[in-house]
Amino acid sequence: MASIEMKHIVKQYGDGFPAVNDVSLDIAEGEFMILVGPSGCGKSTLLRMIVGLEDITSGDMIIGGKRMNDLAPRDRNLSMVFQNYALYPHMTVFENIAFPLRLSKTPDDEVRRRVTEASDVLELGEHLDRKPANLSGGQRQRVAMGRAIVRQAEAFLFDEPLSNLDAKLRGQMRTEISRLQRRLGITTVYVTHDQTEAMTLGDRVCVLRKGKIQQVASPRELYEQPVNLFVAGFIGSPPMNFLPATPEGNRLKTPFGDIELDERRAAALGGRDLVLVGIRPEYFEDASLVDEPKRSLGSIFRARVDVTEWLGDSQFAYIPYEAPEAVTAQLRELARELDSEELRTQAIVSIDSTSRIREGQEAEFWLDSRKIHVFDPQSGENLTRDAEAGAELTRMATQDRVEQVEESKARQGGATAVGAA
Amino acid sequence: MRFLFRPPAANATGLLSLPWDQPLEKWDPALLLEVPQRGISRHVVRFVANGGHVFALKEINERLARHEYALLGEFEEEGLPTVSVLGICVDRPGDQEAILVTRYLEYSMSYRWLFSSPRGEHSAEQLLDTLVELLVRLHLAGVFWGDCSLSNTLFRPDAGALTAYLVDAETVERYPTLSPGQRAYDVDLARERMGAEMLDLRCGGLLPDDIDPIEIADSLPRRYEALWEEVTHEEVFGVEEQQYRMTERLQRLNDLGFDVDEVELITSPKGARLRVRTRVAEPGQHRREVFRLTGLEVQERQARRLLNDIRAFRAWLEQKSGGPVPESFVAHRWLSEVYQPVVDAIPPDLAGRLAPAEVFHEVLEHRWFLSEQAHRDVGTAEAAESYFATVLPKTPKEVTTPSMMTGLVGDD
Repeated sequence: MASIEMKHIVKQYGDGFPAVNDVSLDIAEGEFMILVGPSGCGKSTLLRMIVGLEDITSGDMIIGGKRMNDLAPRDRNLSMVFQNYALYPHMTVFENIAFPLRLSKTPDDEVRRRVTEASDVLELGEHLDRKPANLSGGQRQRVAMGRAIVRQAEAFLFDEPLSNLDAKLRGQMRTEISRLQRRLGITTVYVTHDQTEAMTLGDRVCVLRKGKIQQVASPRELYEQPVNLFVAGFIGSPPMNFLPATPEGNRLKTPFGDIELDERRAAALGGRDLVLVGIRPEYFEDASLVDEPKRSLGSIFRARVDVTEWLGDSQFAYIPYEAPEAVTAQLRELARELDSEELRTQAIVSIDSTSRIREGQEAEFWLDSRKIHVFDPQSGENLTRDAEAGAELTRMATQDRVEQVEESKARQGGATAVGAA
Repeated sequence: MRFLFRPPAANATGLLSLPWDQPLEKWDPALLLEVPQRGISRHVVRFVANGGHVFALKEINERLARHEYALLGEFEEEGLPTVSVLGICVDRPGDQEAILVTRYLEYSMSYRWLFSSPRGEHSAEQLLDTLVELLVRLHLAGVFWGDCSLSNTLFRPDAGALTAYLVDAETVERYPTLSPGQRAYDVDLARERMGAEMLDLRCGGLLPDDIDPIEIADSLPRRYEALWEEVTHEEVFGVEEQQYRMTERLQRLNDLGFDVDEVELITSPKGARLRVRTRVAEPGQHRREVFRLTGLEVQERQARRLLNDIRAFRAWLEQKSGGPVPESFVAHRWLSEVYQPVVDAIPPDLAGRLAPAEVFHEVLEHRWFLSEQAHRDVGTAEAAESYFATVLPKTPKEVTTPSMMTGLVGDD
């Protein structure tokens, strides 16, 4: 297990196009790091540079304290998990896991020890003598993970591993990977374009755009304190709503009425005359369902609902609004870059499942103004980001991880001691 | 549902009536063709016959199907040794995966059969070298395979040797050129896959005892490096030796089964630097020649063999007539008097086990063998008779090419 440090990594192709542009990123020992972003953001190129598939134009790739830039892939001792794994029908599950060790002529007792340990972690112990034809889809994937484990690689690398699985198996495997990474405490780098996957799996998530890092933070920090419009729009589903607003003193005039800002946030607007307010769907509520003490923490507005979607535990209401052309053009561009459907100028708001708000009717909504962010429409910068609060969220996540890694080390130490006895 | 087909697909229109809305696993066995001795696949694969041809159907994620469809089409146009893709079926009801349709590679054999072959003339080394040659060819073309294995390769006997074809492009990525890291990674994967496949054969009792899977697999990177170096290295030599050094190099590349696309020779007073750009397409010079002369479609080494025989036949004709005989006339007579009688004489119960040109090649080999024993030329007819009685039956019925099994193909 090793740390991975990237220092000013650049990947430039023959035509001069920088696919990865000055990326510096430290991945701690045992950390689960996600590289995420829309297609063309450089995430896969970055992973391929870690593995050794792509030459590094400039910068340093340091794995376990050693510079790896010029080492062949196999000398880096990393494991790409489930890449096109095959199951061999005549071999038992044991041999299907063990064969990388057989090929490297590992002594029999060592093979047995490692396969047994891996199969315990993967709960495949009782299947070891069976043939793979009898395994379920999930068990087959676990055999592929077993092969990666017995190699004792410095780190696990995943390149969109779930994109070809059906939805059910995908969900199942996401849980498996997460559980496994925690139990083994192995450094993991995972590439995906799917923000849900990123948010549910990673200790930290590195959001990339056009070859550059936008933000590296815990999922909660990304969600609550995004650095810019791009990250705010990319993270979260349904996405954050962006409304045009004109500041007037401590108030923002928006299509959904006036929103009052606290002094810190009002001061951050720096005399701009047009801004974008970012409001997540769940910061809204059907006003009739909000208690009196809570009402005063936000603002109330009336709007006509276009469509509602009832999901059982909650429902979404779609509320159209007017926006100046400059803003719609900006939002269209953002949507295109995020590979998302064109953002229409309508807000998606999440309201309680018991709400009686109906399609085509005008209704009263409450908006929690404590949690909104304000963005510069040109630069996309989040003007109201609270860096300290964000850092605290990531510190908490790091602390959780360190504790979990220590627990897993203690567990493994115990297992080895038993094995040695 | 939607079907995307690459022309010429006229012979495949009958495929449209198949139950594409059903999962492949539920298709009526009466619609399917049993094709034994296939490699390992992660997907459901079935075979069907239609309009005199056999097709392989693979159920696969739509994104991968489209990717593979586009790539295989590209490869075929460039003449890379791959299976030929016919089309894909997408938007199947109930969110089913797409189906990729490829043309069955007639007279091909899987490694499983080649290793357990009682004939035993294809050694593990030969198989490995064939695979390595395919990998080098693909790498020269900027193709990162990502899943090079024996299961994803089919082999065709070619005048005693083998020619390898890529049959699975799911994981392939195409680049203008490959980095050394990409090549090394692909080779590592190939080594591991091949090792595992042979270990698997051993577990199944299908591997001859004298083959050591680990040793064979370990030799793959070495063989790959040697061939890669051979076909790509730059040479520096004195100006006075440039002519013969260049001829030597080109000859060597031809012997290895590669053609040269372009030769760049840079001279300076100190010497000459020779850079060759190796052609990635299947070598085709002899095949084209045979096709032009006889209309026969055969493989490259087989073609070389047939051309030699046509040449010998011409010498004999000219000797008999005492003057030059035109090439086209020779070819026509050779076809009807030498080649066709051998092919026509293949007993019906043995037909389709080997391609006709391969049978002809083996008959010539057998004739040489018999003649040496008898200290006289036994002639082709006698050799063919003996060959059909003693040698061809050793090629088991299971490898009979599927279109022949169903009686789809005439005796052309």
